[in-house]
Amino acid sequence: MAYDYEKSIRPGKLPHIWCPGCGHGIVMKGLIRAMDACELDRKNTAIVSGIGCASRLPGYLDCCTLHTAHGRAAAFATGVKMSKPDMNVIVCGGDGDGTAIGGNHFIHACRRNIDMTYIIMNNFIYGMTGGQFSPCTPTGDKASTTPYGNPDPIFDISKLAIGAGATFVARTTAFHATQIDKLIAEGIKHKGMAIIEVLDDCPTTYGRRNKFRSVTDMMKRLKDIAVPVAAASKMTAEQLEGKVLTGVLYKEELPEYTAQYADVIKKAQGA
Amino acid sequence: MAKRYELRFSGAGGQGLITAGIILAEAASIVESKYAAQSQSYGPEARGGASKSEVIISDSPIDYPKATIVDACLAMTQEAADKYANGIKDGGLLLIDDDFVKRVPEGNFKVLKMPITRTAKEEIGREIVANVVALGAMIALTDVVKRESGEKAVLAKVPEAFLDLNKKAYNLGYDKIKTLMN
Amino acid sequence: MAKKVALLQGNEACALGALYAGCDFFGGYPITPSTEVAEVLSNELPKNGGKFIQMEDEIGAMASVIGASLTGAKALTATSGPGVSLKQELIGYACIAETPCVIINVMRGGPSTGMPTGPGQSDVMQAMWGTHGDHAAIALTPASCQEIFEETVRAFNLAEKYRMPVQVLYDEIVGHMRERIEFPEPGDLEVVDREAPSVSPEEYKPYDSTKGQIPPLAAFGSGYKFHVTGLNKAADGFPTTKAELVDAEERRQIAKVMDNIADIESYEEYLIDDADVVIWAFGSTSRSARYAVNELRKEGIKAGLFRPITLWPFPAKRTAELAEQCKGIVVAEMNLGQMVYEVERVAQGKCVVVHEGRVDGEPINPGQIMNKVKEVI
Repeated sequence: MAYDYEKSIRPGKLPHIWCPGCGHGIVMKGLIRAMDACELDRKNTAIVSGIGCASRLPGYLDCCTLHTAHGRAAAFATGVKMSKPDMNVIVCGGDGDGTAIGGNHFIHACRRNIDMTYIIMNNFIYGMTGGQFSPCTPTGDKASTTPYGNPDPIFDISKLAIGAGATFVARTTAFHATQIDKLIAEGIKHKGMAIIEVLDDCPTTYGRRNKFRSVTDMMKRLKDIAVPVAAASKMTAEQLEGKVLTGVLYKEELPEYTAQYADVIKKAQGA
Repeated sequence: MAKRYELRFSGAGGQGLITAGIILAEAASIVESKYAAQSQSYGPEARGGASKSEVIISDSPIDYPKATIVDACLAMTQEAADKYANGIKDGGLLLIDDDFVKRVPEGNFKVLKMPITRTAKEEIGREIVANVVALGAMIALTDVVKRESGEKAVLAKVPEAFLDLNKKAYNLGYDKIKTLMN
Repeated sequence: MAKKVALLQGNEACALGALYAGCDFFGGYPITPSTEVAEVLSNELPKNGGKFIQMEDEIGAMASVIGASLTGAKALTATSGPGVSLKQELIGYACIAETPCVIINVMRGGPSTGMPTGPGQSDVMQAMWGTHGDHAAIALTPASCQEIFEETVRAFNLAEKYRMPVQVLYDEIVGHMRERIEFPEPGDLEVVDREAPSVSPEEYKPYDSTKGQIPPLAAFGSGYKFHVTGLNKAADGFPTTKAELVDAEERRQIAKVMDNIADIESYEEYLIDDADVVIWAFGSTSRSARYAVNELRKEGIKAGLFRPITLWPFPAKRTAELAEQCKGIVVAEMNLGQMVYEVERVAQGKCVVVHEGRVDGEPINPGQIMNKVKEVI
């Protein structure tokens, strides 16, 4: 029997705005399966996003949803979580939203280790505005603002998150659909900041400029570059050239921010 | 006392003159139910350079909260005297720590000299209470609040372990000026 | 029984006023000359189980405040001009998403870094227009420590009642000076709490104005699932580009303030009835102006003071009446001309309107104002 996604989706809100072949829908289905697996009470779950194609995701889901300003999702979500620590807080957005205009909020949310799950859909481009290069557009690639090839080096989002202090960091791709929900679920269960980077495809604004003739080509590329962490340990540096590690990249148990603040309250109250 | 009375405490940042101003404002507005407004210099000059704290005391609500023409001014250092003794009104008062202020500012006001810091150091044994000695001296000089009101405000401000020390400092400053004035 | 009194800085009074109003969330970023507000609340909020967070930047602070407010918190941030400049986009977000919150702006010199420890009143137009798009604004300008306490309480009340950001603007002089405060007892000042929805979660629409201009806002985590966005939206909270819906929403969000000016407006007048010249001044400048009025009266010049406490919405009706009855209005403000243009607009040439400004880090003193009044006479 087909999986029942409909019960999680707000009536009348589909079809979604995403282009045919876009991976964001795959991620949304993964998120629904993860929320089901974690038995999240939707009334007590806030899904927060910024601006961009990926940031339209919360509007489709029957939860407390907050579509904020460009780059600010993590900071809004921090306010929600601080004010109501018993709420489940999930953030979703794209690579430009999260690591360019929202980079400061992203790293500081990681540093605080505040309990939320941030799903960052990295499709290597600013899709909604028509395909300008993002901090994750591979060097040399074409975008509407890099007609001669992108001169910029890239951010490795997962490494950035680990460096900034996130205590759960995992990566997968839109091709690995069945891994998405498992990693998100693990992130939700983790007490602290969980970053789930999903390498995604944008056939409309990235693929067509970079010689991916079809959605299948893009998906095949995601499949090809992904190397599970375990497999990577047996591979040589040469074999790993151009590959991206997937799976749980980092996990550590450290004090969570709202729990730390609960201690502040106790101290202030004379305990 | 005039309806509106303006005092300025000036010296080096860290000498506790802002605290002295706050205590005087508390003596006037909390202990005596007069009106008081205290303000101070901010920024880098409040940390080491010349610093000032101003207190306006009045029988009626205070409109303009900054000093206009100062009735009484304290200067603990030469720099403060040079910078802040200029706004004293004709016939006003200037109290200087004469160990530090060697060039006495000129003007049509009465100058009183007292080695405030040395008094704190030698007679109380703690240089740190020089600001409270100065506060007692300024209150004695101006009668802007009652002697007891000033003492009450001092004691309400300092930690319990230092009550005696500060009480002594306040009264020493007060008495020295009263003697000097007689 | 005698009320509890204390000698407090304006910024301390602001923090204590916020607590009186029921503030239970503060998100901020350090900036002179407002930092004491954050310092006091970092100490006091957790005692009541409230939350204090120092965010990574001004924008993040504003975002955290809106996020917290959506969970039902009475949320506050405090900053100065440069911080408000950074917060502007999200102030607009709070307007369109109709999220209650209070923003304290302790005004210093500017533009840019300007004079961080010097006073200014140059952010008054920013308080009205400082975000893109059309929107209404409420801004309050207290002039004393006691009034900072009271107006901070009123700012929370207005924010909760009208579902919008409210700014409290006071200059560095009143922010940093110390005066005696008489603490109101609980019940002395009105405290308005947010109206809860009267319908079930299934029927709830966050922007449904069929029952009134200001739809009740449910809290995240209280059983209500709804969508909040900065896009133009329909009554159900979901984005729309339907012309008639967008237009009606934009107009309602302005009308909810402009139709209720009588409730929001607050001003004080001093010796205005027979005044030939009215000094129009707010914040610390109004204190100099009052001093000047008294001095001018001693000289036989009939001067009066109009002091707006609610600066926005602009007190247009009363200012127009004053223009009819007096010979001239002197607008004194620590800037090079901002509110004076509003006064000129509503005076419509019925009296002389002149400006007395100053931006050198020194307050406008009574003598300056007196000279200006004499020029008008």
